[in-house]
Amino acid sequence: MSQDIQETIKKQIEDNKILLFMQGNKEVPQCGFSAQVVQMLNSYDVPYETVDVLLDPEIRQGIKDFSNWPTIPQLYVGGEFIGGCDICTEMFQNGQLEPIVKSAAD
Amino acid sequence: MDPDKVKELIENGMSSEHVKVEGDGSHFEAVIVSNEFEGKSLIQRHQVVYKALGDAMKDDIHALSMKTYTPEQWQSMSN
Repeated sequence: MSQDIQETIKKQIEDNKILLFMQGNKEVPQCGFSAQVVQMLNSYDVPYETVDVLLDPEIRQGIKDFSNWPTIPQLYVGGEFIGGCDICTEMFQNGQLEPIVKSAAD
Repeated sequence: MDPDKVKELIENGMSSEHVKVEGDGSHFEAVIVSNEFEGKSLIQRHQVVYKALGDAMKDDIHALSMKTYTPEQWQSMSN
């Protein structure tokens, strides 16, 4: 795996308190699972950034290696990997996601 | 890939008490009950399953949504 890409991803995660690696962007998600996580984050009305993995195959593979997680989307909050769509949905529904996201946004 | 094949990979790759897989050939939904999930976070539980699936996760499976339970959690849900 490319070391530079891993460094790039690490920096992206460090520089953005709430960062979603996704297919497409907030306005036009290119995958239903990415769209679901965008909707959850939008519902909290907090600022967050996204990385469109479709624009860069190296990032697309690199983030999978970085997180040891084989699918996109992937949500990072405060430098911590939160999970993919399933885990975000479960945490959204049981109320665990909101305090994590909102405290990171403050 | 057939949902039964996904089920087989999970059953061969990790210890499990109950595995149910449904899907259309590239998108799958799975319910997995395993004592390997004991004391693990959701992320760690999913990683156990991803590891069991190995290369199939890269090549054949576009998306796998899963519910992961310990035998204890599963029991309390069915009661």
